[in-house]
Amino acid sequence: MPNRDMSFIELSARERARRILDQGSFRELLDPFEKITSPWLEPQGIVPEFDDGMVVAKGKFNGKPTVIIAIEGVFQGGSMGEVSGAKMAAALELAAEDNRSGIATQALLLFETGGVRLQEANLGLAAIADIHSAIVDLRRYVPVIGITAGTVGCFGGMSIAAGLCSYLVVTREARLGLNGPQVIEQEAGIEEYNSRDRPFIWSMTGGEVRYKNGFADIIVKDSVNDVKTAIIQCMNKGLPDTLRSDDYDYYLQKLNAIDTSKQADATLVKNIFGRGDRK
Amino acid sequence: MERIELTYPATEKLQHKALAGVVGSGDLEAMFIPHQEKMLKIIIKTSVDGSKHRWQNLFNRFASLHALPMGTLEINDFASTPGVAKLRIEQVFEEANYA
Repeated sequence: MPNRDMSFIELSARERARRILDQGSFRELLDPFEKITSPWLEPQGIVPEFDDGMVVAKGKFNGKPTVIIAIEGVFQGGSMGEVSGAKMAAALELAAEDNRSGIATQALLLFETGGVRLQEANLGLAAIADIHSAIVDLRRYVPVIGITAGTVGCFGGMSIAAGLCSYLVVTREARLGLNGPQVIEQEAGIEEYNSRDRPFIWSMTGGEVRYKNGFADIIVKDSVNDVKTAIIQCMNKGLPDTLRSDDYDYYLQKLNAIDTSKQADATLVKNIFGRGDRK
Repeated sequence: MERIELTYPATEKLQHKALAGVVGSGDLEAMFIPHQEKMLKIIIKTSVDGSKHRWQNLFNRFASLHALPMGTLEINDFASTPGVAKLRIEQVFEEANYA
């Protein structure tokens, strides 16, 4: 049977990870049968998930040793708790150890997350800080490739994790932002940011505009094959010459030039950050 | 959240452990682990309080249609309808048979 394509977004985190890795190479670590669940959700009356919404798997990608870490966006909005966060951080730390011992382990991160899990508060935030450090460590050895496909997108502290990746792949359906639309509306008012105005939200934080403005490196269709092709492109590029997160002088200068007395919209953002070469 | 435990007589032998579904809105995850005792032990954690009767009805109907498998079935439910629940349970039993 030919290798038929399918939607990436509609797959669960585990299926995304399984289908990205070379066929038959998927081997899950701390799988759901280990039942390492969140100790904090049940006492607060919230149903847990056996894998705490985090899938960590070793395998091969394009024949090379790879760790893939996929957040399940459907479970509690892909939020980062103590357990799910520790799974991701530890997997990244072990990948860095592997690289130091001469095993060139590649890392793929599938971000589908609203950020910290509010019910686990500081423990989730601490885990996100560990994840940030681990990405910064690991990206010295191999490209760390982030993918955010949607429909949740990538927000909060995890948007910083996405920004720290060597390369970021997005779809049109994805969103990337520090604060989610509802949080901004709550804090700044509906005149500033209407969280129900979906075209407006996507015009500011959607995958396409994030790509055009240089906050993502590759935009792909909602397709398993296209996501895999984009990952191969990133891997072939090797370590990037400059990391987005090292380019703070460029971004600070842009941010300092913004006239905050004017309502920000898509045109303003494009004028500031737009990359003319990306249509 | 409510925790519900049910036990049914069972005779079917399934070889493998299996998992189906995710704990998302209107969905559930069901995990089956086989054992040698002639009973199916069911542990449900559900976000819908007061739903024990409905789960009992679902499994009574299941038991009247199929021989139940010997093992433990754990369900983490996030307000699935009985139709979705039935599909997921059938899915996990089927995967436990062939996995």
